[in-house]
Amino acid sequence: MSQRIKMVEREPNIRNKDFEEVNLGYTDEQALLEAKRCLHCKNPMCMTGCPVEVNIAEFIHYLANNDQAGAIKIIKDKSNLPAVCGRVCPQEKQCESKCILGIKQEPIAIGNLERYAADWASKNIKEEKYNIKPNGKKVAVVGSGPAGLTCAGDLAKLGYDVTIFESLHDSGGVLRYGIPEFRLPVAVLDKEVESLKNLGIKFIFNYLIGRTKTVEDLLEEGFEAIFVGTGAGLPTFPGVEGENLNNIYSANEFLVRINLMNAFQFPEYDTPVHKGKNVVVIGGGNTAMDSVRTAKRIGAETVKLVYRRTQNEMPARLEERKHALEEGIEFIELTAPTKFIADDKGFVKAVECVKMKLTEPDVSGRRKPIEIEGSNFIIETDLVVLALGLNPNPILPSLTKGLETDKKGHLIVDDKFMTTRKGIFAGGDIAGGSTVIQAMGMGKQAAKNIHKYLNN
Amino acid sequence: MFKIIKKEVLSSVIKSFEIEAKDIAKNIKPGQFIVLRLNEKGERFPLTVAGTNLEKGTIKIIFQEAGKSTTQLGTLKEGDYIRDIVGPLGQPTEIKNFGTVVALAGGVGTAELLPVISALLKAGNKVITIVGARNKSLLLMQEELKEHSSELLVATDDGSYGIKGFVTTVLADVIKKEKVSIVYAIGPVPMMKAVSNMTKDYNLKTLVSLNPIMVDGTGMCGACRVSVNKEIKFACVDGPEFDGHLVDWEELTNRLRAFKENEKLALEKYKDILNMECKCHKE
Repeated sequence: MSQRIKMVEREPNIRNKDFEEVNLGYTDEQALLEAKRCLHCKNPMCMTGCPVEVNIAEFIHYLANNDQAGAIKIIKDKSNLPAVCGRVCPQEKQCESKCILGIKQEPIAIGNLERYAADWASKNIKEEKYNIKPNGKKVAVVGSGPAGLTCAGDLAKLGYDVTIFESLHDSGGVLRYGIPEFRLPVAVLDKEVESLKNLGIKFIFNYLIGRTKTVEDLLEEGFEAIFVGTGAGLPTFPGVEGENLNNIYSANEFLVRINLMNAFQFPEYDTPVHKGKNVVVIGGGNTAMDSVRTAKRIGAETVKLVYRRTQNEMPARLEERKHALEEGIEFIELTAPTKFIADDKGFVKAVECVKMKLTEPDVSGRRKPIEIEGSNFIIETDLVVLALGLNPNPILPSLTKGLETDKKGHLIVDDKFMTTRKGIFAGGDIAGGSTVIQAMGMGKQAAKNIHKYLNN
Repeated sequence: MFKIIKKEVLSSVIKSFEIEAKDIAKNIKPGQFIVLRLNEKGERFPLTVAGTNLEKGTIKIIFQEAGKSTTQLGTLKEGDYIRDIVGPLGQPTEIKNFGTVVALAGGVGTAELLPVISALLKAGNKVITIVGARNKSLLLMQEELKEHSSELLVATDDGSYGIKGFVTTVLADVIKKEKVSIVYAIGPVPMMKAVSNMTKDYNLKTLVSLNPIMVDGTGMCGACRVSVNKEIKFACVDGPEFDGHLVDWEELTNRLRAFKENEKLALEKYKDILNMECKCHKE
């Protein structure tokens, strides 16, 4: 059997100075070779690992026959954002983890192939107008992140008249303000959004549902169902002394300034950001990885990632961790911040940390980090980014009657993704999802159920 | 795109715009704000709304040119467009009959005070409004304030109009004479802090409308966090109004300085461009 074809990556010491993509994508030959590794199982397991139900075996079959157009058609039948998924999905935990090849050797590179097909299509296929028969029913989608875009796309394909209301001035939600360009180029996202507009979806920006207009207003205007995908909101802070000093940002603030507002190009762009020389990022998820790698790219001399457990427990994808290490990020494991120390002007100049150790696994198998007393030490820094997670955005739930939330503030949904209020559905972070692909999966299921709901 | 339909120059640095924004006009309540972005390269910045015209579907903003964005905003003319405006944002002011309300404003905060006192007066309160400015020429909207207050008191630093002194000087007097139920203050941080410090001695509940640095303004980035009673609050969704006795003023003052150097640079660079354009136009 042939080896899995690795995607060519740019040199770490070159790529860590710009925002160009890290992975360069497959050539036609590479894609063909990789696709031909597929065993074409009678009962392909890969598909069971895909939250948006892409017919993986089928699209790879087309690619193995050098039919890229056929492949993308199969993918687009289920996924509204193939170029995004091919780049940011954790395939190793999903489709690829189910691949039978993975038992004896490496699984087929489904993510790479999906990206290849999507990029091929964007270069070679002129976006065609879909021939959709309108069914005359209006649905509102609140939020244009991965959940909203997926739900809107599926509903539009079914003939619904879909309007997306977005509170920011541009589309994509976390795909634009959160995920940096070196993982997901803006041009790729713009192209995906363009495809969705070709389905007839209308986008209204600068529109905060709950405030600019209420859910009640939308219902009165004739929207027969509403999908809420308002995403994650307020960042979590560690609750230690000095956390509100200047030059301590939440990861959301740091990434929004840079990704959405182009702050690294200040003063050409109006939004500033402090370009730290010695940066400390606290956390171990994908957002922490995006933060360390972004800090490096805007000119940091040293970037340290401080995490209270070890690399093995980090929620971040293996690929992101690997890329970060290659790019010169230092991981300081088993360490937690205890205090942020100010200079005489109120800006952070150091973080005091304490070493941690992990307890024996508890019944759930989780090892808890506990402080090692007296192990405190100081890291000097001029920019701290806190990537400790987010709470669901409270605005829409708190301003809409009949929407119940759980203790953490997530909208409660049933198995049909309907909230506690009839006709209002939800998915993504606001309903307890936590990754892009989860959000897309929830958006997809919600679309199906909205269709059922409106046809009963 | 949001069209500017009327522009008024209130002083050399204070301008007033009426902007078409039908849905915002319809739903905004006193105390709420909007976030603007002037163009593709612009930053997002918050401004409190000074009034609405429901028939015309317009909102009114009154702002002081301080940094680059407000200076640039000031150069726009009637018929020009602002690229992005989102709102209304933040929690509205609680409007009910408290009894006697003392409402204080300093500088451009005066404009933002108007919708609040207007609603409070309608709700049956006795509204004593105190406004302050450095001198007479900087006083704003005296007629409107008078119309929406039970009593209007003015302080100028140099004594060129009203009482010589600060709004706190006047407030001290009022507290001694009247049975005040609640105090409301909007303006520069040092003024709101001074008011809160004074009313604390009288155990007189004081609401302040805070203006920390914001980016998205919709509860996402945490830039606008303030410590209130030692707890993190987000001015964009929990505020902008908080109990002035519980706000960590020192921290807020410090956080407002976070981008001072950048702001200076951006403004200088922008003024150079403006000067260049002026010269070009003359040629």
